Amino acid sequence: MKHRTFFWFILPTLSAMVLFIALPIVSVFIQSLFVQHEQVLVVSESCGPFGCVEETQVDTEATAKLREERPLGQFNGLATYFDRSHLASAEIAEVWRTSTGLSSFIDGIMDLKFYKALVFTLTYTFVVTPLVLIFGLAVAVGVNNLPKAFRGVAIFISLLPFLVATIVGSMILSWMVDGEGIIGATLQNIFNDPSLSIKASTPLMWIMLMVYGVWHTLPFAFITFYAGLQTVPQDTLEAARVDGANKWQTMISVVVPHLMPLVSFVTLMLLMDNFRVFEPLVSFQAEAHAQSLSTFIVSDLREAGNPLYASAGATSMLTILGVVILLTPVLIRTWRDFNAKVH
Amino acid sequence: MATKAESRLTTLRVVSYALVITWLIIAAFPFLWTVWGSFKVQGDFFSKADWTNAIYGILTTRETGSAFTLNGYFGAWIQEEFWRNVFNTLVIVFFTVCISLTFGTLGGYALARSGFRYAFWVLMAALAFRAMPHITLVSGYMLPFFEWNIWGLKATTVIVLVAINQPFTLWMLHSFFLNIPKDMDESAMVDGCTRFQAFWNVIVPVMWPGVITTGLFSFLLAYNDYAVTSMLLSKPNETMVPAVASFLGSVQVQGNIMFAVAAVVSATAPLFILILFFQRQIVSGLTAGAVKG
Repeated sequence: MKHRTFFWFILPTLSAMVLFIALPIVSVFIQSLFVQHEQVLVVSESCGPFGCVEETQVDTEATAKLREERPLGQFNGLATYFDRSHLASAEIAEVWRTSTGLSSFIDGIMDLKFYKALVFTLTYTFVVTPLVLIFGLAVAVGVNNLPKAFRGVAIFISLLPFLVATIVGSMILSWMVDGEGIIGATLQNIFNDPSLSIKASTPLMWIMLMVYGVWHTLPFAFITFYAGLQTVPQDTLEAARVDGANKWQTMISVVVPHLMPLVSFVTLMLLMDNFRVFEPLVSFQAEAHAQSLSTFIVSDLREAGNPLYASAGATSMLTILGVVILLTPVLIRTWRDFNAKVH
Repeated sequence: MATKAESRLTTLRVVSYALVITWLIIAAFPFLWTVWGSFKVQGDFFSKADWTNAIYGILTTRETGSAFTLNGYFGAWIQEEFWRNVFNTLVIVFFTVCISLTFGTLGGYALARSGFRYAFWVLMAALAFRAMPHITLVSGYMLPFFEWNIWGLKATTVIVLVAINQPFTLWMLHSFFLNIPKDMDESAMVDGCTRFQAFWNVIVPVMWPGVITTGLFSFLLAYNDYAVTSMLLSKPNETMVPAVASFLGSVQVQGNIMFAVAAVVSATAPLFILILFFQRQIVSGLTAGAVKG
C-alpha cells in the first residue's frame, strides 16, 4: 500500500486517538502543573463608633474575573505532586522521623490519602488477577469436561457477570450483601451477629470488593482458556496417557504449558483493567473504607463548585505512571519478540 | 471420541462438575434473584426476617393485592422518567457504534495491508492507549470542554466514546483483515480499481462477520460505560448506566429503592437478549486477540 493511501485510510482513526487520547494526557499534565488562583483579598477599614477595624474581604468579582481570564490558574511546577494529598514527601519524612517501628510507619503512611488509595489499588490488582487466572482455568477445564450439550448453556450463564455493566453488576451484588439483603441477612444468622455489616467494616468491604472483582472478570479468563483448550494437540495428550501420566500430571505438564501464551495475554488485560478499578467502589458506596486511584480522581473533579483540576491531574499522571510500570515487563517482551522476528 | 475410561465417573470428574455447577450458580443467582425481586415491594426484596418472603411476595400481596407488582417499573420509567435515559442511550450507542466501525474498518484495513514499519508503531501506540485508565482521560477533557462550551452534549460524548473505542476496534479489525486473502483486493487493483474502489467493491461485501463481532464490543463499551458518561453528560442527556447510579443516591433517601432495582433490570434485559443471539460472535471476539497472539 502506498504511503499516501495509507495516510488517508488511517487518518480518521488516528486523529480520533490523537485528539481524544494523546492530547488529553498532555492536557492533564499541563493542568497538574498549575494551581487554582488564590482568592483576591481586599483589605478595607470600617470605622464605627468604637474605633476602626481592619476587615479582610474576598473580592468575589475580581476572583471570578481572574479565574475567567486564566482558567488554568497559576503556575505551580511540580509542587502539587509532592503536596499532602499526593506523594506527601514532607509528611513521609515526618512519619519516618517519628515512627517507632515498621508498623507505626505503615500506619502513618496509611493515613495519607494518596497512599491509602494506592495500597488499595495494588492489593486489588494483585489479589484479583491471580485468583481470576486460577479459577478461570479451573472452570474452563471443568466446562471442557462437560457433555457437549451443556457447554453452550454454561458459557451463556458465565458471560453474564462479565458483559453486564460493572456499575450494574456491583449494584446487584451490593443489594444482596446489604444487611437486609439475602446474603447479608443469611450471614448475620450464621454468625448470630445482627450488627454484622459489610458496609460498616473496612476489611469486609475490601474482601467484598475483591470477591466482586473475581466474579466480574472470571468469565474473561474462562472464555479465553476454554478456547485455548480446544486447540490442545490430542496426540500429545494421548502420548502422555500412554506414558502413564495421570489426569493431574497431564494437566500440569501438557495443558498448562500449551496455554502459557494465553496466560500472559489474560494477565496483561487483567492488570490493565484491575488497576483502574472504579465502578464497584461507586456502587458499594465504599468511599469510607476504600478509595482507588480512580475514585480519588473523580472526587477531585466532583468537588462542588470548583473542581480541583490540578490535584486530579497530578493523580492522573501518577496513575498513568503506575500503568506504565505495570506493563513495562510485558512491553519489553513484545519488543524483543518483534526484534527477533525482524532480524 | 469418548472412550470408556473417559466417560467413567472418577473423583476428579465429580470435583470438576461440582466446581462448574458452583460457578454457574454464583454467576446466575444474583441476576435471577434481582429480576424476580424487581416485581416485589421493598419489604420483600430486603426481607430480613424471612428470606422466603422475597420468593412468595407475602408483603407484596398484603400491600398491592397480588404477588407481583409493577410499581418499581412504573416509578422508574414514568415517575422518574427513565425512558429519557433509555432514549439517550439509544442515540449515543447507535452513533458511537456506527462511527467507530467506519473509522475502525478503514484504519484496520490499512494496517493489515501496509507492510511498513510504522504500521507496527500505530498498533503499539493503540495498545498503549488501550491501557490508559478512562478516568485519567476524562480529567483531561473537563477543563477544555467547559471552556469551549461543549460539555454535557450527546455529540461530545459520542466522539469521546468513539476515540476510546478505537484502539480495541483497530486491533480486532486489523487481525480480521489479515485473514482475508490479499489476492482479492490486489487482483481488483490489477483490473484497474483504485485502492478505495477495491476496498469498497471487494472487501466490504465480505467483511461483515468481522464487523458484526467488533460492533458487538463497541456496543457493549458504549452501553456499559460509566466513567465517561457520568462525567461528561449533563443531567437531561444522561444514559442509563449513570442514571441508575444517580438513582441510587436519590431514591434511597425517599425509600424508593425498588425504582433503582427496576431500572437495573431494565438496563440489563437487552444484554441478556444480545448474549442469547450473539453468543458465538462474542466468544470468538473475546478470544480473537488472544489466540492469534
